[in-house]
Amino acid sequence: MKLTINGEEHEFPAATLADLLALLDYEGDWLATAVNGELVHAADRRTHLLNDNDRIEVLSPMQGG
Amino acid sequence: MPQFYGTELRSRLLLGTARYPSPAILAEAVRRSNTDIVTVSLRRETAGGRSGGAFFELIRELGVRVLPNTAGCHSVSEAVLTAKMAREVFSTDWIKLEVIGHQDTLQPDVFGLVEAARILTGEGFEVFPYTTDDLVVAERLLEAGCKVLMPWCAPIGSAMGPQNVPGLRAMRAEFPDVPLIVDAGIGRPSHAATVMELGYDAVLLNTAVAGAADPAGMAEAFAKAIEAGHTAYHAGMLEPRDMAVPSTPVIGKAVFS
Repeated sequence: MKLTINGEEHEFPAATLADLLALLDYEGDWLATAVNGELVHAADRRTHLLNDNDRIEVLSPMQGG
Repeated sequence: MPQFYGTELRSRLLLGTARYPSPAILAEAVRRSNTDIVTVSLRRETAGGRSGGAFFELIRELGVRVLPNTAGCHSVSEAVLTAKMAREVFSTDWIKLEVIGHQDTLQPDVFGLVEAARILTGEGFEVFPYTTDDLVVAERLLEAGCKVLMPWCAPIGSAMGPQNVPGLRAMRAEFPDVPLIVDAGIGRPSHAATVMELGYDAVLLNTAVAGAADPAGMAEAFAKAIEAGHTAYHAGMLEPRDMAVPSTPVIGKAVFS
């Protein structure tokens, strides 16, 4: 399946958003995720099915002014 | 003490967390500033990366409130989504709303700002809008549900200090009951004291502290200047006059010739 993750295109065999994060070794309760411009809550990642050409954003805290 | 969205604070300084020489110096600056609130942001995390986690832990250990921002967002949809993602991570309804309109000055896109503020307050956010000193925009932000306003006093990171003192004074006079925080453009403690002397409720700083030779020392200097300006505003200051007025009484002065 072709997915765009944080602006970069990848091929991944991931059924759900949680699968994808595990595959990419993302972990921690500080991550926020969005698919195609919509927030996906942490609790919903296991049931959120991915589709071809989905755009996924994975953000984490950083310094800011 | 100031209240923002019903939360009472003990400090009138809000401190940004970016551009410090090290996490340890950031932590020391936060302590010496005595602030209750630090601003934070969100950025793309690299696969397998742990960069966000280390910073998240540092902030947790500081024991202060966080005010996440939407820095770098140039559209309403970007700012709204970033705000929602920030709420997910930081578990707070507070959001410092930035919708940037101009690449060089980082001036807010006030039209997008009002639209984004309306959407976010409708979804339960408590919005701290980074705005200009335009009174009409301020009125629109209040109508959109904002209960705090954060006008710039000069472009972000410019260190120029207040560029439009009459404008800031007019804003204070127009909205006597709205908490007003000067956000952006402060370069030195005297700038912060100046806006506090105008009756502003607080100051949000980052680069002026983080970029100092001794950030922790500068954080303390700002804290003192902000308190001095605030106390002076309530103590009632003299207005300048054209002629000298002797401070020592002349009645009873000896005449020697």
